[in-house]
Amino acid sequence: MESLLIEYLPILIFFGIAIGLALAMVGASYVVARQSPDPEKDSAYECGFEAFDDARSRFDVRFYLVSILFIIFDLEVAFLFPWAVSLSEIGVFGFWSMVVFLGILTIGFIYEWKKGALEWE
Amino acid sequence: MVVQALCFYLFSAVAIASAVMVISSRNPVHSVLFLILAFFNAAGLFVLMGAEFLGMILVVVYLGAVTVLFLFVVMMLNINVAEMRQGFLQYLPIGATVGLILLVELFMVLGGWAISPEAAQVAQVPTPPPEQVSNTAALGNVLYTKYVYLFQASGIVLLVAMIGAIVLTLRTRTGVRRQNLREQSFRTRDESVEVKKVQSGSGV
Amino acid sequence: MTYDLATIAPELFLLVSAMALLMLGAFRQGNPTGLVLSLATVATVITFVLVWLQPTARELAFGGLFVRDGFGNFMKGLILVGSSVSLIMAWRFIERENMSRFEFPVLMLFATVGMMMMVSANDLISLYIGLELQSLSLYVIAAFRRDTLRSTESGLKYFVLGALSSGMLLYGSSLVYGFAGTTNFNTLAEILQQAAQAGEAPSIGLIVGVVFVMAGLAFKVGGVPFHMWTPDVYEGAPTPVTAFFASAPKIAAMALFARVLMGPFAELVAQWQQVVVAISLLSMVLGALAAISQTNIKRLMAYSSIGHVGYALIGLAAGTEAGVRGLAVYMAIYLFMNLGTFAVILCMRQKDRMVENIDDLRGLSRTHPLMALAMGIFMFSMAGIPPLAGFFSKLYVFLAAIEAQLYTLAVVGVLSSVVGAFYYLRIVKLMYFDEPAESFDQPFGREMSLIMGAAGAITLLFFVFPSPIVSGAEAAAASLLAAAG
Repeated sequence: MESLLIEYLPILIFFGIAIGLALAMVGASYVVARQSPDPEKDSAYECGFEAFDDARSRFDVRFYLVSILFIIFDLEVAFLFPWAVSLSEIGVFGFWSMVVFLGILTIGFIYEWKKGALEWE
Repeated sequence: MVVQALCFYLFSAVAIASAVMVISSRNPVHSVLFLILAFFNAAGLFVLMGAEFLGMILVVVYLGAVTVLFLFVVMMLNINVAEMRQGFLQYLPIGATVGLILLVELFMVLGGWAISPEAAQVAQVPTPPPEQVSNTAALGNVLYTKYVYLFQASGIVLLVAMIGAIVLTLRTRTGVRRQNLREQSFRTRDESVEVKKVQSGSGV
Repeated sequence: MTYDLATIAPELFLLVSAMALLMLGAFRQGNPTGLVLSLATVATVITFVLVWLQPTARELAFGGLFVRDGFGNFMKGLILVGSSVSLIMAWRFIERENMSRFEFPVLMLFATVGMMMMVSANDLISLYIGLELQSLSLYVIAAFRRDTLRSTESGLKYFVLGALSSGMLLYGSSLVYGFAGTTNFNTLAEILQQAAQAGEAPSIGLIVGVVFVMAGLAFKVGGVPFHMWTPDVYEGAPTPVTAFFASAPKIAAMALFARVLMGPFAELVAQWQQVVVAISLLSMVLGALAAISQTNIKRLMAYSSIGHVGYALIGLAAGTEAGVRGLAVYMAIYLFMNLGTFAVILCMRQKDRMVENIDDLRGLSRTHPLMALAMGIFMFSMAGIPPLAGFFSKLYVFLAAIEAQLYTLAVVGVLSSVVGAFYYLRIVKLMYFDEPAESFDQPFGREMSLIMGAAGAITLLFFVFPSPIVSGAEAAAASLLAAAG
């Protein structure tokens, strides 16, 4: 258990440095720089005009479809990691079991492709 | 050991704080960003427990994909949180009661916690010690052979999810001209070019 | 491993045909819906034959994750009848109602595969995966008419509440795993048996886990107090989908309920019996009372299905072989009555539009005498009037309850079926004694008349030839109990 966590020590140190550096930079600019806050500095500005409408416009539903398809393939990839690590242990059966799994998802992929879900317009 | 304990308290404190922020922040996009922070700390807790594969999957799947989906959905729905939170105080007593009951239940369960002595013997796949077999390899050793039925079944669940997402959200727009590579490449000169004899001086 | 594949042959066949049909639909030019739909129907029929041919001896596959036995085969047969008849009922409907997309039958097949996996689950994990496969497909089918508000609403409600129930089930399963150390049904049964022989009381965590699993399953069968989704989903979903929801998934979830409680947790009967009794009592009473004020026939059928779930659970509450037999008989007869009634509802069309009000049935006996006769048979049978099939199905569960000394349950059951008879008979009265409303569009199609006729004949003639269903149910119950004991 200890030895496992020791392997993560560099990542912990990295996080420490990253957080420290980020805090130092934000803090330093807060302390060192001259501050003269003005509401006009924060106001929306569009080519010399006041903003015409809200910047947070609604996203198209197609973004949703793309990201949900991405999640599904992401999960598929998650299954590939342990498989790759222990391929030498699980032998031919393990190999073909993954091939069948990928085959099932390829059917889904072909379906997506033929339906045009991967095209934008 | 001290570092480990420190990390545990840090991760869990940040996880709880950001979880509170998820439900209390005014801007839904901020909620999603706090959710990312909560997931990240949960991944850290998993690693501390020695479940490194779960930690990595949490980062890859939840941080990489699920929160992106949440962001898209939040931006798609255009939620007005102030309006949504109007009933918050009104429903608070009921919600708090249910939460309290669940909490009491949880304590009761924890208080009565007694793993039966047979449990260690009946475990179908005992967890190997992490010094010898890494977490990921231990999973891989059984997932594709012993549990092939469940593995393939989850593949089918993913396939159904794919079909479902397309059935419910894909709209083919009419009147959109698509680029058709095949048609383009197979176009012959005869179809597309017409030679006209034009009398000089009179125009087409 | 090849041996295992023979054990799951029906599931495998249905799965491969679903994927093949998906590819066929994607590649075929023009509108492939009609072709895919008829091929899907053929696939369910072939799967039914495959299930029929499977031996009834109990056999485990995939290291105890999957079990094939007589009980599973009987329930799978019923599920496949439900799916294939729902597919046939959808033939005309999906063309008329503007939902002609080939994914519909494909998703029905995937849902059916999920149900068959549920029925054959022998491990909490395979139970969950089968359940998810089924539910995920059903959520999509419920919202299939995504352009109508009611259908999307029903899909969304079903999804949110279904996901909640899956969460409860999963939480319960993890508690069971935590306290017993295994998810395998056989090992769980052994552990609990040993603990009982040693005189130890089951740990409280385990009981909490079992109760959570039961709550999740009660959601799936639609028993009170986990029934809230039923009326809205039944009303909003397209009618063939409602017919499907009311038949196949109910049977699958009920079979799963019986398998989980009578298998791994058979030793805890004292603990779960009171929960099942409570769900059963509440479902019967609410099903009878809430249905009275309904005006929409699909909503009425939703409350009626809640009531029927209550009666069927009486059999489970008894916790005996006779009880399980009663449950199996009940679900079989419920399936036929229900499919027949929905065939009638699907024929309720005026001026090219579906109508769903109960009042639209007024005077049906004069405009469509045969249809009125069929509907009358189904309603009398659902009310439990002898000598129709519905009477015998109730009789079997009540007898089991009395044998198990659950007198309150039997008495409340009889009382609520008297109340329930009121609204079933109201429909008969509307059809036979009221002035005719506008006539329904002709023709409904030969397959509808066939379904109504066949379901009507089975309901009417059950008392003459009860043996196919009753002996099948008897063998199913015996095989389930043999595994437990």
